[in-house]
Amino acid sequence: MRHFLDFEKPIAELEGKIEELRRLPDSPEVDIADEIARLGEKVEKLLASTYAKLTPWQKTQVARHPARPHARHFVEGLIEDFVPLAGDRGFADDRAVLAGLGRFRGRAVAVLGTEKGDDTESRVAHNFGMSRPEGYRKARRIIELAGRFRLPILTFVDTPGAYPGIDAEARGQAEAIARSIEACLAAPVPIVATIIGEGGSGGAIALATADRVLMLEHAIYSVISPEGCASILWRDAAQAEAAAEALKLTAADLERLGLIDAVVAEPLGGAHRDPAATIAATGEAIAAALAALSGRDGAALVAMRQEKFLEMGRQGMAA
Amino acid sequence: MNWLTNFVRPKIRTLLGQKPVPDNLWHTCPSCQQMIFHEDLKKSLRVCGQCGHHMRLPARERLASVLDEGYAVIELPKVPTDPLHFRDQKRYTDRLKAARSETGLEDAVLVAHGTIGGQKAVVAVFAFEFMGGSMGAAVGEAILAAARLAVLQEAALVVFTASGGARMQEGAVSLMQMPRTVIAVRMVKEAGLPYLVVLTDPTTGGVTASFAMLGDIHLAEPGAMIGFAGARVIEQTVREKLPDGFQRAEYLHEHGMVDLVVRRGEMKATLARVLLLLGDARRLEAERPAAEVIAIPAVPAP
Repeated sequence: MRHFLDFEKPIAELEGKIEELRRLPDSPEVDIADEIARLGEKVEKLLASTYAKLTPWQKTQVARHPARPHARHFVEGLIEDFVPLAGDRGFADDRAVLAGLGRFRGRAVAVLGTEKGDDTESRVAHNFGMSRPEGYRKARRIIELAGRFRLPILTFVDTPGAYPGIDAEARGQAEAIARSIEACLAAPVPIVATIIGEGGSGGAIALATADRVLMLEHAIYSVISPEGCASILWRDAAQAEAAAEALKLTAADLERLGLIDAVVAEPLGGAHRDPAATIAATGEAIAAALAALSGRDGAALVAMRQEKFLEMGRQGMAA
Repeated sequence: MNWLTNFVRPKIRTLLGQKPVPDNLWHTCPSCQQMIFHEDLKKSLRVCGQCGHHMRLPARERLASVLDEGYAVIELPKVPTDPLHFRDQKRYTDRLKAARSETGLEDAVLVAHGTIGGQKAVVAVFAFEFMGGSMGAAVGEAILAAARLAVLQEAALVVFTASGGARMQEGAVSLMQMPRTVIAVRMVKEAGLPYLVVLTDPTTGGVTASFAMLGDIHLAEPGAMIGFAGARVIEQTVREKLPDGFQRAEYLHEHGMVDLVVRRGEMKATLARVLLLLGDARRLEAERPAAEVIAIPAVPAP
């Protein structure tokens, strides 16, 4: 069953018609192939016009699309010889954060990702991509491991945010996030983070304090969800659309603000229409980012990363 | 109330520079409902004499309560305001203006340098009264300025937190203050100087999840609410009643996140003692005279 977003309805209708035509037996009266081609062209045009001017709220829905490729798919598509690693060595393995070692284009790397899952069972197992402290502590462990063995770190971020639960608070959710950010800042190896879907606040920055932060075209990255922001500032969660607009959470906005480094273009109609092409384009962007970082020693990388974050948001600051 | 009392009178007051007579000479303790005379409240650092409840302490009073006399509040770097041109039901710039005129503060952090019980310290204090102590670029820059000053003066950095978390009106710019303030902490630690955090009511969200949880020592005021996610969000997520005392200072102490819960009246002495102990080796090193060169007597040949 394909999932269509509200604003994709006209596209869904056309594609439904194409499906119907395909099922019809050949008849001499109408040229079905011709009609299918005509409708197909129409779909393309409609997709192009719809996706060229997505509103921030529509992008939020695309970023959360259930068929969008998740961290696991990027690892499967880009990392060879993958060895999954588990556990924070203190309490548990948090499956909202996947971790491991592998090869990216021949070079050994450490990989981290927040994983949402694809069906009910796996979504529950991954806690919908919302990590508890153990996930961030696992991340910190892997970041430090990568530093010791001089492995570049690739992260794939797709999370609504850190898990807001009683157990998470009891075990120090805030401390775990803070330490993960600290580990990122101290790592003497290149870090390339990619926001592939939702970059949800502290849960995202814990894995995105990186030398290069890439963002997929229709991904979002924000300090709070549009719904959360709306319920606080508008006192009405239904104002999420307005909040999405105000928060400037799209890739284009964040690039303009100088908070991310590059935007990875998505296939026509969004990543969910062609996951393989999305993953391949992301691979190219990561390779370019890594190449730009190569040849620097650990201390230089740490200093450069620190400088990059210190400069953020200072444009136009009085001397 | 009409436009005259609402608008004209306050304007005249500011023109004359007169302090209005406190319209409320008596305060009610929000915990035990005891009536407290405003002078007494000030003397007790806003702690209820009857039940010991710690009310929120404005930033300026906080500085005066922990630093020795003669401290100086520093001027903080100006940052671009309103990077997002944010507007909800009000413009962010209007909210800022209102907060500034209400509090007389530029933003939600004050930084001062001086001594605590004779120990050199740079103290950054959150003003919860300024937009809920929320952290935007100005707050991030203030924490960085405090850290730099501490390194420059070889002083300890002490931060008193009180914050609702990130300042939503600055969107992802406020999110970036998390790594930026962690950089500030790293500067102080790399210089071998103590970094102490005092968690006061309330400390939540992005502030807790960055510099506030990275102290060498974590102190907290009794009953202070400290956590990552807000209680309401948690309740909605887990659909359970939250346990008694959840996210209070004592709960964090029990769960290993806070070293010591300290009453406000004892905070200054506690900070001074900790700073003295942590600074001991550094002080001994500085006091040690330069090594004398002692000639090794020649060993007579056997």
